[in-house]
Formats: sequence, structure tokens, C-alpha cells
Amino acid sequence: MLSLIVSEGKDLTKEEKQRLRKEKKQQKKIKEKKDDKASQENEKEKKPVTSAAPASQPPTQPTPTKTKAELKAERRARQEAERASKQTKKGETGQQAATSKPKAPPSDLQPVVKRLPEHIQVDNPDVLKKLAKKLERQQIPLRSDYGYKVSLFSHLHQYSRKAPLTQQLSIPSTVIHPAIVRLGLQYSHGIVAGSNARSVALLHAFKQVIRDYTTPQNEELSRDLVNKLKPYISFLNQCRPLSASMGNAIKYIKKEISNIPSNCKEDEAKNKLLNCIESYINEKIILAGVAIAKCAIEKQKISDGDVILVYGCSSLVNHILCKAFEKNRKFRVIVVDSRPRLEGKEALRRLVQKGISCTYVLISAVSYILPEVSKVFLGAHALLANGYVMSRVGTSQIALVAKAFNVPVLVCCETYKFCDRVQTDSFVSNELDDPDDLIVTRKGTTPLEGWENESSLGLLNLVYDVTPPDFVDLVITELGMIPCTSVPVVLRVKNVDQ
Amino acid sequence: MELQAVLMAAGGGSRMTDLTYNTPKAMLPVGNKPLMWYPLNLLEKVGFEEVIVITTKEVQKAMSTDLKIKDVKMKLDVVSIQEDGDMGTADALRHIQPKIKTDILVLSCDLITDVALHEVVDLFRAHNATMAMLMSKAHEFTETVPGQKGKKKTAEQRDFVGVDKSGKRLLFMANEADLEDGLSIRKSIMRKHPRMLIKTGLVDAHLYCLKKAVVDFLTENKSISSIRGELVPYLVRKQFSKTASASNPLLFLHLFLFWCPELLISSRDEPLLQLAQERSCWNDHRGDMSEAYHGGKLRCYVHIMDQGLCCRVNTLAAYIEVNRLAPKLFEEPSVHPSADISERCQMGSDSIIGAVCHIADKTSIKRSTIGNFTTVKEKVKVTNSIIMHGVTIEEGCNIQGSVICSNAVIGRGADLKYCLVGNGQHIEPEGVNVCVWYLFISAKCLSQLGKFLHSQV
Repeated sequence: MLSLIVSEGKDLTKEEKQRLRKEKKQQKKIKEKKDDKASQENEKEKKPVTSAAPASQPPTQPTPTKTKAELKAERRARQEAERASKQTKKGETGQQAATSKPKAPPSDLQPVVKRLPEHIQVDNPDVLKKLAKKLERQQIPLRSDYGYKVSLFSHLHQYSRKAPLTQQLSIPSTVIHPAIVRLGLQYSHGIVAGSNARSVALLHAFKQVIRDYTTPQNEELSRDLVNKLKPYISFLNQCRPLSASMGNAIKYIKKEISNIPSNCKEDEAKNKLLNCIESYINEKIILAGVAIAKCAIEKQKISDGDVILVYGCSSLVNHILCKAFEKNRKFRVIVVDSRPRLEGKEALRRLVQKGISCTYVLISAVSYILPEVSKVFLGAHALLANGYVMSRVGTSQIALVAKAFNVPVLVCCETYKFCDRVQTDSFVSNELDDPDDLIVTRKGTTPLEGWENESSLGLLNLVYDVTPPDFVDLVITELGMIPCTSVPVVLRVKNVDQ
Repeated sequence: MELQAVLMAAGGGSRMTDLTYNTPKAMLPVGNKPLMWYPLNLLEKVGFEEVIVITTKEVQKAMSTDLKIKDVKMKLDVVSIQEDGDMGTADALRHIQPKIKTDILVLSCDLITDVALHEVVDLFRAHNATMAMLMSKAHEFTETVPGQKGKKKTAEQRDFVGVDKSGKRLLFMANEADLEDGLSIRKSIMRKHPRMLIKTGLVDAHLYCLKKAVVDFLTENKSISSIRGELVPYLVRKQFSKTASASNPLLFLHLFLFWCPELLISSRDEPLLQLAQERSCWNDHRGDMSEAYHGGKLRCYVHIMDQGLCCRVNTLAAYIEVNRLAPKLFEEPSVHPSADISERCQMGSDSIIGAVCHIADKTSIKRSTIGNFTTVKEKVKVTNSIIMHGVTIEEGCNIQGSVICSNAVIGRGADLKYCLVGNGQHIEPEGVNVCVWYLFISAKCLSQLGKFLHSQV
């Protein structure tokens, strides 16, 4: 009995001591993660631990196959290696922790920290400093924010149209290609607005850049051209934040450029790139639009006697309606519009020019007009990976009210606008437009005239909002009609293709 | 390269012959800097690195010796043309057409302004305009001008400028001289732009951004000789002419039959631009059925400055006014470091003293500009005057409201009020108590006037 107890005691003490060792190691790991400060403390902690560990080991080693000294040396070497690797990892996590908020809780494994994009961290001075340094390196001026920002959105940029970025550029612009300067101006003035228009204009400007490009000595086109495009993209981002469709187009071009073989001659390479851009526009925008229209019309999504509600001015939805009218479908359209952009007026003009009979209301009257409506067609700026639809502000309201009235909501979107971002609310990532757009003069008076002087008054001019997939019944893409929740599948298939 | 700058410095200064008798207009000193330095400085500040300067041989020679112009860091490509004055500004552009590779920014050498140039160029870029120009609200000149009886200016021909309701798009431009019996506006313009603001109190700064296609058009169409007088009104009218917006092949055939040179403004990727415009939900006007810009390819824009200095130095009154205002544009010391000013001299804060000047005791200099190498002796009172380089003013003189050109000598005790003394002239000392409202002395009539005055006194 005694011997059993003794032997058990020995086992217990051995297991116990092994457990103790494991616990100490875990505690060590947690402490290192939480403790961002001096590594000396950790080293001090580690030393007694490491000294304790080998110290506790020799008495618990019952029958060593190797000698005690050899095992001790082995373990010490292992721990030195672990400590060295933890130092480097700690250096990384230290940096990452300053610029991002870890989303996963600290676990045994190193947490997978996602870096947040800088354009939604405007209230973080470190991020701003980093951005300023990056722009300085690329010789692009920094655009300063304007006006008081509403506190919920103080993490986003807010620019004024009266202070264009070209104020700080030299006039025959040498750093940035003139086509890109023109494009940036057109973006910030709103002359080119709408997801498709912006992407097409961007690709057109890139065509001119590629045409005027010459490879410098000792450089490869595939690497140098990508580096040349980076400051242009920063410039355009400063003029107006890039849209998801533009982001995808840029990714495509960069990929095409880097795939150019190094033995390719410059003219050939340039021709190849220009053809790639042409085919991208053709496939993803023009033909996709045609396919979507065909799909919508043939599958009887627009039938005779329909009353279709559209919101704002979506080039794709206008295209579908015009095509349906050409195919002699009898329907009428209700155009819903909202301030301050009043884009619905442009949609109204295009539809009426074709001969479609239209009604025009403002968004405040949407619940009044919905009992007449049979279908709602919405355009999208982007489709997010969790099925949410990002579109012009007001779209989610329309979808909500339509759902309450049991009216089907159809979103039309080309696949090149799908992005793998995830968002569930409109606050996290959005765009703040010029607040002065909200000021309007009626009968000679401008009520909001001196709004900057009121310390507690902030004007908010949001551009986008997200609609949950429960309100959307169908998404019409060139791949067919899919439910909102199939967006990640399409994305996965696209990634596999590439 | 985006823009090439062209500076027109061959103008003769036909409205201020008194001043330009000996010195070419481009080299007249304003605030002790040559007049053409101001537009060059404007271009340099904004970031230009090269300027094509069109000028006469005389000016070219003067430029090579002038210190301030040598200070200019840009590369000046000087093109000299004949001095006989038959060449208009558009002819000059035609002359340098081989040098022009991109869109151009044309300036006149007599423009002094502190405009933010990006305002004009942004209109040119953003709307893909054929022409963008700068205009400014005219300010009344307050200073008395020597040689003018009373304050009333000679009646200048008014310019009628019509802009749309945003104030940026140029719809109509005509000079009073060209309108025989009233202002007539075409119905097509009114249909497209029902609201038009017509302004008359504007000064054309002669700063134009022109597309390269316009320069090519000028080489074909040799009948246009002045930018301001003929080309600009032509472009403004052409915006609304039927052929400008037509894409009808029959109309093009019609044009070729009659061989009028046309402005070809389309770019290489026209279908893509068209596609972007179609998809964009932007329109510059609301209320009718037409697309953005009414489908017109030719567009003219104007930026109207309402604050700040914008002055064209082409009359004597403007010259005097600008001498007051121009130094305030820069923060330079009003007294040149090499000037030798005695302590008992009373100098106002808005006076400017040039280099290597000698100002003796008991002098009083108020609201005046004194040029380089000038000597002012004792007991001289200079008020509200402009004294150019190399002038000698003997003791006891009293100079008020006058302009004294280079190398003149004012004799002892002379009393000049609102006078204009020409280049290299001598004013008789003491005996001639010159106190008339107007006195102009040139080499030709000096002797006659001297005899006349002597007989009067």
C-alpha cells in the first residue's frame, strides 16, 4: 500500500510538475501578448522560468534514455529558439497593435490580425501621419478635411469641393499624368459619377498613361509600370475615395501588367495591355449589361402592365428599362429621387427621352406610392461578401418599405462589382460628401448659410448605405439570377478562375 | 507634358506712346521691375519650367541685360519677330506653331495679377474645354493722370460678356464697336441656356488656355490675326453653330465642298469617353431633354475674378495705378539695400527706392517710386510720382503727381505738377516755374516749348 502511494505520489508529482511546466508556459505566452512594454521584464520572467524548468526537470526524470545534461542542453536550446522567435513576433504584434484593433480574442495561437484600411481611421493621428508620409514620398499633396464632422462619422474623410487638390499641384503637372489630373478633377466635381462611369473613365485614363509610358533604362516594364501607377491611384483616392468596381479594375490591370513576360518588347507589351483593357471593358461592363438586360426581359421580370420603381440614376437599370421598352413591353416607371444629389432627374430625362411614361416622386413619398408598384429595380455600387448590397444612400429605405408592402426587390449588378469586404452597417465604411451641398437657397433666404460658425451644428452628407440581404429578393447578374447569399460563392469561383 | 506657356511681349503700347517712346512696353519699370517680369513670376510660382517668349529684337536685347529677368529660373525660349507691328497675336501663334506640342497658356506681357491660376486651368481640364480665359471686375482708377483734363476717362469701347447662370460657361462675347444696332442673341443659345447674365464691367486679362487643335486650326485659317479681337469671339460663336455639334456625315461633306477649315477636337479614344459620359449621371443643366453640354464638343469657359489684383498695363492711368499696387503683391523691402539714403530724409512707408540711389538730406518722398541709379539732391519734395531709372533731380525741386522717364534731368528749383517728362529730357532750372496742368516734353517740341514758356514768364 505504502509503495503504491509512494509510487502514485511519485507519478503525481511528475505529472503535477509537467502540468506546472505547461501552465507556466501558457502564462508566459499570455503575458507576452498582453505586455507590449519593455521586453526586459519578460526576459527576467523567462529566466527564472527557464531556470526553474530545467531545475524542476532533473529530479523528475526517472529513466533517461539520454543523459540528464544532454536533455537539459536540448531543452535549453529549444527554449532559446522559442524565445528568439517570440521576440520577432512580439516586434510585429507591437506594430500591428498600434495601427489596428485585433478582432480575434487572444488565444493560444498568434491572433490573425486584420489591418484596417486607412481611409476609415481618420481620427487616429498615427494613421494620418503614416498617410502623410506615404503621400510625401509619392510627391502627392495631402488634402485637408473640411468642416465639423458629426461624431459618429468622425473616422471618415470629409473634403470640400471648393478646395480641390490641384490647388497644391504645379500647373503643368509633371508628377502626375495630365489625364489622371483631369480624371481626379472630374471625380471631385462630380462630372463623372456612378460606379460604371467611374470605372470606364479610369480605364480610359490608364490607356492614355500606358500609351505615353516609356520604360526607363535598366527597368522592367512589368515592375516599373505598376510602381508608376501607385502615385496615380493615391492621387485619385485623395480626390474621391475609390469605389469597389474601380478597385477590382485596378487589381485586374496590376495583375495583367505583372504577368507580362520580361522578354516582351515595349510596343508589344503596351499593345497587349491596351487590348486587355479594351476586353475588360467590353466583357465586364458592356456585354454584362447586355446579358443582364436580356436575362431580365426574357425571364419575364419585366412583364406587360408592370409598374416599376427605380431609385436615383443607375446606368444599368436605365439600360434594362430602355431595352425592355424597345422590345415592346408595356410598363410604366416611377422614379424616386432624393436630395442633395437629385440624380433621379437625370434618370427621368433618359427614360422620358425614350418614350417611357414616368412618374417622379421624392423619397419622402415612397410609402404613398408603393401600393401602386409591382416591382422595385435597384442598382448597386457594390455587393459585399456577406450578401449586403452597398448602394446610394436611401436604397435601404426603399428596400425596407418595399418589403413591408410585399413588393419584390430586384438588384441588378455586374459581377465585377462584387467585393470581398464584409459590412453590416453603414457607419463603419462610407463616404462623406461636401457638406455645403446641403445648403439650398429658397426665395432668397439661405437658412444654413453660416453653419460653420455654429459650434454644435454639423452637416452630414452621406453617399452610401448597405441593405441587408433579407430585403433583397433577387440579384440579376450576367451569370444568371442568384439570391443575395450566393455572392461569396461567385467570389470564390472567380478567385479560383484567376 | 500638359501645358506650354506662351508670353506675348511684342506689343507696342499703342495707348501709351508717351511712355513707350524710348522704352519698349515690356521693359517699362513697375515697382522697379520690368513689366514682363510679373507674368513670368506668376508662371514660375505656379510651377512652369519653360516659357516661349515672343518679342522684338529690341526687347530681346534689353532682356539679356536686365538683372531681374536673369533672376528668372525658368528656361526662356525667346522668339523674335519683326517690329513693324503688322503681326497680330494670332499671327505670332501661327509663327511658332512648330514649337507647340500640347495645349497652350497664352499670356500678355502687360498682365499683373495675383490670380490663383489653377482656377482657370481647372475649368479647362475638368470640362475638357476648348478655351478657358480669365476676366476680372474692372476697378476705377483713382489717381490723377498727367495729360488728362479732368477725371473723365476717354470713352472706351465696352465689352459685352454673356455667361450662363453658373457664371463659368461663356455664351456670348462682343465689343461695342462690332455691334451696329443693338445686341442680338441667337435663339439657339436662348433655347439651350434660358438664363444668361450679360456683364459689361469686366476687364479681359488676356490669359487664355487653348487646345492644341485651335493652334492647328489657326495655321489653316490665315484670316484670323488677333486672339482677343477675332479668335475668341469666333470660338464663342462656334459653340452654338450647327456644325460644331453635328455628327452627321452629310454635313461634313458639305463642309469639304466649301473648304472652310474645321476645328477637329475629337480625341483618340472618343468612343470610350462617350461611354463614360453616357453612364455618368451628371448633367450641366436641368430642364430639357438634351445630354450634358447639349452634345456640343466645343466649349468655352471663363473664370471671373472678383477679389484680388488683375490689371492690364496698356494705358497711362493703368501704369500709374499699378505702380501703386504692384509692390504690395510681394513682401520685398521697399528700400533697396544698396541705396544710399541720408538720415534726414523723410520717406513714407509706401515709397519704393531702387538700387544704387542717392537721396540727400531734407528730402521728402511720399507715395512714390524711385528707380535705380537715381540721384535726388537736397530739399526735394517728391509726392505721388513715378521716377524711372537714371534720373537726376537737382536741389529744391517739387515734384507732384508726375511721371519722369529714364535719364531725365530736373533742373534746380523746378516745380512740376502732374507732368509727364519724356526720356532723357532736361527741365530748365529755376527760371522755368513749370506749374501747368499738363506738360509733355519730347525731343521734338522741347525747344519750342522752352521758348514759349520763357516768353510767358
